[in-house]
Amino acid sequence: MTRPSVPKPAGVAQPQVVTLRIDGRDVSARSDETILSVARQNRIDIPTLCYLDGLSGWGACRLCLVDIKGTPKLLPACVTLVREGMEVTTDSPRLQKYRRMVLELLFSERNHVCSVCVSNGKCELQAMAQRLGMTHVSLPYRYPRLEFDSSNDLFRMDHNRCILCTRCVRVCDEIEGAHTWDCRGRGIETRIISDLNEPWGESSTCTRCGKCVNVCPTGALSQKGTAVAEMTKRVTFLPYLTLMRNSDEP
Amino acid sequence: MTPEELQKVAIIEQESQEQYDHRIHVCMAAGCLSNRADLVKQQLEKQIAANGLERRCTVKGVGCMGLCAAGPLVSIQPKGIMYQEVKPTDAPDIIQTLDKAPIERLRCDTAMPFFKEQKKVVLENCGLIDPERVEEYIAVGGYQGLLKALTEMQPAEVIEEVTRSGLRGRGGAGFPTGLKWSTVAKAQHPDGRKFVICNADEGDPGAFMDRSVLESDPHRILEGMAIAAYAVGATQGYLYVRAEYPLAVKRLKQAIRQAERLALLGNNIFGTPFSFNVDIRLGAGAFVCGEETALIASIEGKRGQPRPRPPFPAESGLWGCPTLINNVETFANIPPILRNGGEWFAQIGTEKSKGTKVFALAGRVKNTGLIEVPMGIPLRRIIFDIGGGIPDGRKFKAVQTGGPSGGCLPERFLDMPVDYESLMQAGSIMGSGGMIVMDDTSCMVDVARYFMEFCMSESCGKCVPCRVGTAQMHDLLVKIIEKRATDSDVRLLNELCDMVQSTSLCGLGQTAPNPVLSTLRYFPEEYEALVQAGREREAAGSNGSAMHVAPQLKPNSTQPQAHVDSEVTP
Amino acid sequence: MNRNAKDKPAATKARVATIWLDGCSGCHMSFLDMDERLLALAEQIELVYSPLVDQKEFPPQVDVAIVEGAVATDEDIEKMRLVRSRTKVLIALGDCAVTGNVPSMRNSIPVEDVFDRAYRDNAQLQPQRPATNLPVLLERVRPVHEVVKVDVHIPGCPPPADAIFYIISELLAGRTPDVAAVTRFGK
Repeated sequence: MTRPSVPKPAGVAQPQVVTLRIDGRDVSARSDETILSVARQNRIDIPTLCYLDGLSGWGACRLCLVDIKGTPKLLPACVTLVREGMEVTTDSPRLQKYRRMVLELLFSERNHVCSVCVSNGKCELQAMAQRLGMTHVSLPYRYPRLEFDSSNDLFRMDHNRCILCTRCVRVCDEIEGAHTWDCRGRGIETRIISDLNEPWGESSTCTRCGKCVNVCPTGALSQKGTAVAEMTKRVTFLPYLTLMRNSDEP
Repeated sequence: MTPEELQKVAIIEQESQEQYDHRIHVCMAAGCLSNRADLVKQQLEKQIAANGLERRCTVKGVGCMGLCAAGPLVSIQPKGIMYQEVKPTDAPDIIQTLDKAPIERLRCDTAMPFFKEQKKVVLENCGLIDPERVEEYIAVGGYQGLLKALTEMQPAEVIEEVTRSGLRGRGGAGFPTGLKWSTVAKAQHPDGRKFVICNADEGDPGAFMDRSVLESDPHRILEGMAIAAYAVGATQGYLYVRAEYPLAVKRLKQAIRQAERLALLGNNIFGTPFSFNVDIRLGAGAFVCGEETALIASIEGKRGQPRPRPPFPAESGLWGCPTLINNVETFANIPPILRNGGEWFAQIGTEKSKGTKVFALAGRVKNTGLIEVPMGIPLRRIIFDIGGGIPDGRKFKAVQTGGPSGGCLPERFLDMPVDYESLMQAGSIMGSGGMIVMDDTSCMVDVARYFMEFCMSESCGKCVPCRVGTAQMHDLLVKIIEKRATDSDVRLLNELCDMVQSTSLCGLGQTAPNPVLSTLRYFPEEYEALVQAGREREAAGSNGSAMHVAPQLKPNSTQPQAHVDSEVTP
Repeated sequence: MNRNAKDKPAATKARVATIWLDGCSGCHMSFLDMDERLLALAEQIELVYSPLVDQKEFPPQVDVAIVEGAVATDEDIEKMRLVRSRTKVLIALGDCAVTGNVPSMRNSIPVEDVFDRAYRDNAQLQPQRPATNLPVLLERVRPVHEVVKVDVHIPGCPPPADAIFYIISELLAGRTPDVAAVTRFGK
C-alpha cells in the first residue's frame, strides 16, 4: 500500500471490503483505496498526469475525473476513495471532451515546442495527447516569456515545459525529505521555485538526488548533457522507496 | 463570571447609559471613518466640554448604521434623530440644538424606506453599541445566548435549536447550518480534538457585510463561535480574518482580550466544564483562502490552496481533525437564535430560506450601504425602495449578486423573491451578499470581463481548468470587447465555461464562468453587437474582394496578439 | 470527406496542391520519402501547385491542399486566404502548420528585437533592416488553423512518410483517417 493519498477520514478504524461497479464491471476493493487504484488493478486505465504511484494524490490535472452516479460533480479518481455500491463511469464522450480540453489548456499555457525538447518522444504530456486523440490546439497559444534555470551543475529547469503537476515538489518533500521545491505566485503566474525563489544551483536544501528530474512528466526538469529527445526518465524506483519508508512506520 | 455577574454588568451599564439626557452616536465603521468621522467625534466631545454638558451628554463611537453613502452619520439617542454628511464644523450646531428642534439641513429621514423596510437581526446592535466595550454588548443581551446554551441545554439541544431555526450558511452555498453542526458533532478523532473556524476572509469585490459586523459588533461573533464550539465539542476556535481589515482585526483582538478578562472565553466558562479559546489568523490577501479547504491549509501554515473534497472539513479538516467552519454572518445569527429560539427565527423569511440576509448594496443606486432584509423580499423593493432607485434618471439594466461567483440578472427578475433557490434558478447565487446595481450605461460584456479578470488573478493555480481556463476566457472576452472576435470565439467561450465549471477543483473555478454565462444568457445582443462590429470592420478592411473568408479567420489578423495579455479598458 | 476522387468520374484525378510557409521543408521531404508509393499515388492525384512544380499561381478548384509551415508574414495570411477559398480539403502538415513549432519560438520576443538580432547585431557588413519589397513579419507566428479553417491536422516534426501516405490514401478513398493513431507532436 502506498502512502495514503488523501487525509484519512476520522473515525475509520479498519478498512473494510466494499464492492462497487466501474464501467459496468463489479469489482471489490478495500475501503481505503482510491477509485484510480482499484480501476488500474482491474485493468481499467484512467488517464492521469499529476498522479504518480508512490506520491500523495494531488487531484489537480483533472484528467482522471470520473462520473459517479448520484454525485452531481465529477470527481478525481486519484484522490476519491471507493464506497460500497458506488457506480463509476471512467469514460464517456463528455469526459473525453473535457480531458482533451485539459490537454489543450496545458499545451496553450506555456511553450511546448516538442520538436526541440529534450523529452521529445518520452514525454507524458505528448503521449497523453496522442492517446486522447488531440491533434491540434484550438485555443490560442499564450506564448509567455519564461525563465530557464541552469544554475545547478547536474540538472536544469525549463519553465517553458512545466505543467505545474507538482510531482517534483511532492517527491522532494515526501520521499527525499528536502522540500527544496515549492510554488510561488497565483493562477497563471504560478511558478515552481527552489527554496525561497533562489537559483537551483545555490539551493542549500537540494541534495542533488535527481528524484525530481526523474518524476517530471515533461522536459521541464532534465539532466544536463542531454540534447533533443535524449532525456529518459526513470520513475519505477518510487513505489519501492515508498514501500521502504512506510514499512518503518507502525 | 457567574450568570449573576453577567446580569450585574448589564444593569450597571444600562444605568450608566440612562443617566445621560443625550447620547450621541458617531459611526466609526470603515465607511464613515474614511470620511473623517473620528474628527467629528473629537469636535463633538470638545463642544460638550466647552459647554459644560459632560453630565448630561455623552458621545460614543458606534458601528455601522448602514447608509454609508451619506456618511459620516451621527445619531442622537434616545430622541432617535439622525444626521448625515456631518462635518467637524457642524459640531457646535449639533450640541447647541440638543434640547431644541433638530437641524434640518443635516437631518437624515429615518422614516424613509431605507430604514423602514429593513429587518435587523445580524445588524441589531450595529450603530447602537460601542464595539470597543464588552459592557455595552452585555447590556443589550450579549452572551445571554451562550449562558443559556451552557447552563440550560445539552449540546444536542443546541444543534436541535439551530436546526429548527432553518438557518443556512451565509457564506454563499447555503448549506443547512444545523446539519453541518451535527456532522461535526458526530465525527470522531483519535485524539479527540475538534476545531471551530470563523471564515472572515471576505473577498468579493464590493462586499463589506462581514467587515461591518466585525467592526460594529465583534463580541457577537465570539459568542456565536463559543455556542458552536459547545454544540460540536470543540475547545479551540480560529478567526480567519483578512489582513486588509485592520480595524476589524483590532476590534476582534480587543474583544477577545475583554472576553477573556471577563472569563467569557477561556476555561470553565460560566463555571461549567466547557472551555473555549479563540485565536486570530490573518489572511494574506488571497481570495481563494475564503474556500474552506484553502483556508484550513492557510491556518496550517501551508500554501493557501484547496484540496479535493471529500473528505469534507467536518470529517477531516484542520490538522486532520473534525472542523466546523462557518461564515461571519452565520455565527452572527446564532446568539439571537439561542436567545429567542429557533422558531422565532424560522418565522422570518421564506419556506426554504429562513431569517434575514445582509447585503452590501453598491453600484448605481441612490442609497448605497449595508442593509439587512428578510429572505424572500423582491429585488425591486431592495433596489427601488431601500436603494432609492437609479440616480441621474437613468434606467435600470441589471443587478449582479453573489460577487465573482454570481450572475447578472436583468429587469424581468426584479419581482423575483431573494432566496437561495430563486437566485440559483435564475443563474445567479446568493453568495455572501454583494449586490451591485447597474444602469443602462454599463456594458455587460465588460462586467463579465471584469469578474473574469478577478477570478483569473485570484485563481490559486493548482488545477488546470481554473488556472489556464480563466486566463483563456479572459483573453476571449477582451477580444470580444475589442471587436476582434468571431462567432467561433464566442463558441469557444461557451465551451470553456462549461468545461471550467464542470472540471475545476474548488468553488472558485466552478463558479468563475457564472458572470459570463448569465450575461450570455440574458444579454446575448451585447455580445452579438460586438462580434457584428468586428465582422463589419473585417469586411471594410478586406478591400472588397469576394474572397472566401473562413469562419475561424480572425479579423484584423495582422494586429499583434501581445496586447491580449495586457490590461485593456474598452 | 465525401468530396474526393471516388465521387467523380474515374478519369478525373484529385487535384492536389502543396504549400510551403514558414517551415524547414522537412515535411515536403517526408512527403517525398513515400518513395515508390508516390507512383501509386500519382495514379490518383494530379499535383497542380507545389514548390516542387513550376506553377506560379495557386489554381482554382483544388481538391486537397497540404500546407507545411506556420503563418509568419502578412503574405502568408493572404496566401492562406486564397488557398482556403479555392480548396475543398485543407491539410495542415507537420508541427509548424499545426502548432507554430520552431518558428513560433520567437513569439515571446518583440519582433523588433528579432530583426535587430538577425540584421544588426550579427551582421558583419552594413547592418541594416531590410525595408522594401519584403513581406511584413507578424508580431506572432501562428498555426494555420488560427488564420483559416483547417480540415485535417497532421502533427509531427516531420510526420512520417507512412503516416502521410496512410492519411492521404484514406482521404482519397473517402474515409476519415485516425490521425492520432499514426502521428504525435514532435516526432
